[in-house]
Amino acid sequence: MSTLNHVTPALEGTQPAYNFPPYVSSVARSPRLPLVLLPETLTERCGPVFGQGLLLPDDNDLTAQQGGDPQGERIYVHGRVLDEDGQPVRGALVEIWQANAAGRYRHKVDTHDAPLDPHFQGAGRALTNDDGYYCFKTIKPGAYPWGNHHNAWRPAHIHFSLFGAGILSRLVTQMYFPGDPLQPLDPIFNSIPDEAARQGLVARLDMERAEPNYALAYAWDIVLRGRSETLFEEARR
Amino acid sequence: MKGTEVWIADGSQTVGPYFRIGLQYLVERAPTLVPGAEGTVTIRGRVLDRDGAAVPDALLEFWGANAEGKYGSVASGTDFPAGFYRVPTDGLGAFEVTVQRPGVSAAGDGRSQAPHFLVLVFMRGLLRHLLTRVYFAGDESNASDPVLQGTPDERRGTLLAQPVVPGSTLMEWNLVLQGADETVFFAW
Ligand SMILES: [Fe+3]
Repeated sequence: MSTLNHVTPALEGTQPAYNFPPYVSSVARSPRLPLVLLPETLTERCGPVFGQGLLLPDDNDLTAQQGGDPQGERIYVHGRVLDEDGQPVRGALVEIWQANAAGRYRHKVDTHDAPLDPHFQGAGRALTNDDGYYCFKTIKPGAYPWGNHHNAWRPAHIHFSLFGAGILSRLVTQMYFPGDPLQPLDPIFNSIPDEAARQGLVARLDMERAEPNYALAYAWDIVLRGRSETLFEEARR
Repeated sequence: MKGTEVWIADGSQTVGPYFRIGLQYLVERAPTLVPGAEGTVTIRGRVLDRDGAAVPDALLEFWGANAEGKYGSVASGTDFPAGFYRVPTDGLGAFEVTVQRPGVSAAGDGRSQAPHFLVLVFMRGLLRHLLTRVYFAGDESNASDPVLQGTPDERRGTLLAQPVVPGSTLMEWNLVLQGADETVFFAW
């Protein structure tokens, strides 16, 4: 009988604490009792595999989903999904959602007094190719106010949800834009203690991918926990 | 972290209050299971915060083995992963999900695991998702499950879904984020 290793905790400073009082909602929704060490069993070493058939043709083009051109600055957001060895994660499901150019989400609990855009839903998804590459066409989201503290505004961001190889590689995060003066004021962005780790969530302006007279581009590589050579009990498709 | 010799995984950020825009589609594209159908179990409950208030904007993801105790396959005839279920809470902080009841699976060290799901918990207010597990009360294999038996005795019950009546496939399991009845969450 071999022994089970415990799941390796994230490197100190690279992940936010559950209880982070500057982000007020975290206080009543975070555990206080000690977290329990988890043996890494087959459950944790395997993970869901998503097929291309789950996606629709315009799922990665947020400018083409609603029968007309959305308002705002058209951009590409692209990059690679990598594991902790720097190896590409193939077939990773990347799901995104965001506010429109005016800083408004198409969601019933968003009451911000900014216009909705009939041509913008604000959601996309893609599967990475064999190089771990993904690409979305969208519009640059606006900043928006929120109720965390007096005059609180979120820096422009796109929400990202990822499934890599193995359920422990699961990551939900936010991508930010370079040079945004709201970032130093934002408790959510600043919940990641390590400066370099925090800056890892900021995309890079990519003039090579930008298309003249059409769209700017931002490049953002995403590193997931674990190794992409994760065990699959049955043949991976 | 990019461009360094050691690749460090990116930091987590909250799903925020508007995740349904981006994540609800998968609930709708999932194969539907009928509650009470052969081999299924329905898990329902509420997500509760420090004050016992129900959380109306939580998202749960369940990951488990199939009926034969195997992981990582694609359900036949679909591109949807077998053993994966995503369910948001409703306006009252309640969820209900019908799943294929997982079988006994290998732990990876020669021991076996009782039927269970790993559960990922997301919501506004959680900067990083929580990890827990749910087991089925009354299953005799629980007594030898290496993960369940590794939790503190007095808190182990927080990982057990209870049948609404003995023998029912309708099971209740509440998630308590903080306080005396706090659910066991795992470090990762
Ligand atoms: Fe947001």
